[in-house]
Amino acid sequence: MTDRAALFEYLLRLGDSTLILGHRVSEWCGHAPALEEDIALANTALDLIGQTQMWLGLAGEVEGAGRSADDLAMLRDVWEFRNLLLVEQPNGDYGKTILRQCLFDAFHFELLTELTHARDDRIAGIAAKALKEVTYHLDRSSETVIGLGDGTEESNARLQAALDLLWPYVGEMFAADAVDAAMHKSGIAPDLAVLRSRFDTRIDAILTEATLTKPDSAYAQSGGKTGFRHSEHLGHMLTQMQWLQRAYPGATW
Amino acid sequence: MTPDLPTIWSWLDEVPDPEIPVISVVDLGIVRDVAWQGDTLEVAVTPTYSGCPATSVIAMDIETALHDRGVRNVKIRTQIAPPWTTDWLSDKGRAKLAAYGIAPPSPAGGPEACPHCGSALLTRVSQFGSTPCKAHWRCDACLEPFDYFKCI
Ligand SMILES: [Zn+2]
Repeated sequence: MTDRAALFEYLLRLGDSTLILGHRVSEWCGHAPALEEDIALANTALDLIGQTQMWLGLAGEVEGAGRSADDLAMLRDVWEFRNLLLVEQPNGDYGKTILRQCLFDAFHFELLTELTHARDDRIAGIAAKALKEVTYHLDRSSETVIGLGDGTEESNARLQAALDLLWPYVGEMFAADAVDAAMHKSGIAPDLAVLRSRFDTRIDAILTEATLTKPDSAYAQSGGKTGFRHSEHLGHMLTQMQWLQRAYPGATW
Repeated sequence: MTPDLPTIWSWLDEVPDPEIPVISVVDLGIVRDVAWQGDTLEVAVTPTYSGCPATSVIAMDIETALHDRGVRNVKIRTQIAPPWTTDWLSDKGRAKLAAYGIAPPSPAGGPEACPHCGSALLTRVSQFGSTPCKAHWRCDACLEPFDYFKCI
């Protein structure tokens, strides 16, 4: 794999994860359990989609085949997506949505913090911009996980069920492959093992305060960021997200 | 005749932010640079939040305002680094926000005083508000809700 190909793959991973989570979170728009939560989710989704525009815009530039961020988002099929499996998981109840958000935010925060030192000004610039927003996301999602976990018997049970269900998707975020290694070697991506230990410290503290029990299995699902095997859910989501461009190719505002 | 840069800045200071029209795009601190490149005026604009839907409207408003003043060639350049910070809000802008009923950003992470009655007895309702740049608070003295301009 050439350096440029690895960089393109890496940028797709960043942009696809924010895109798919942004779209998932936006599915709550008008349906959240409280007005404030509805607004918070819509704002979070907006930040993530904005970050997607920057990451996929840069990916298109790096690829050099004339594809825009919109082309990449709307005209690729399931197997071409490089997002983490975690973010394509369905929203479920509010507990599952907020726990998924917290796990992703904790990873995202550490990753972006490191990417602000990337040996590529374009990547460092986007990371610095996104980090400000993600700091806010993490603040809110961790606070909400703690509030609900250490809440009622019902809210605690739902959060625990969500954690048990989503935990197997945590490992993929930190599993380094050839793309990660190439990016680490060129001074762009951080060492994922270091990221993992920071993530664990933070998540352990949150879960303890939330009176939730971390599953002791280290089993990790994989196949999202390599595109080898997405879960069934992604395809269903794309039929919604990409519908307009598929039905009316080239439609613009 | 080519207008000089201070004149251009004063024109830009009359372009309102589309979501909070009491402050200008200059007050908001998103106009980072104005320079002539030959006969083209290049304006560097930094977005507030990466997904802020007002960003493209702001670019259009700046272009329109400059065209109306006779500047024929305008180029808007989006500059993301360094990232926008509420430290770039002008003092004039902060005062206008407060007068309008929006508490200006404070490094303490929350508003200093109720923009209606000045009380410091405040409760956060939500970390997010009607636009990406605001959070929702309530005053425990006068009981009025108000927006707080988030500090980032
Ligand atoms: Zn008051």
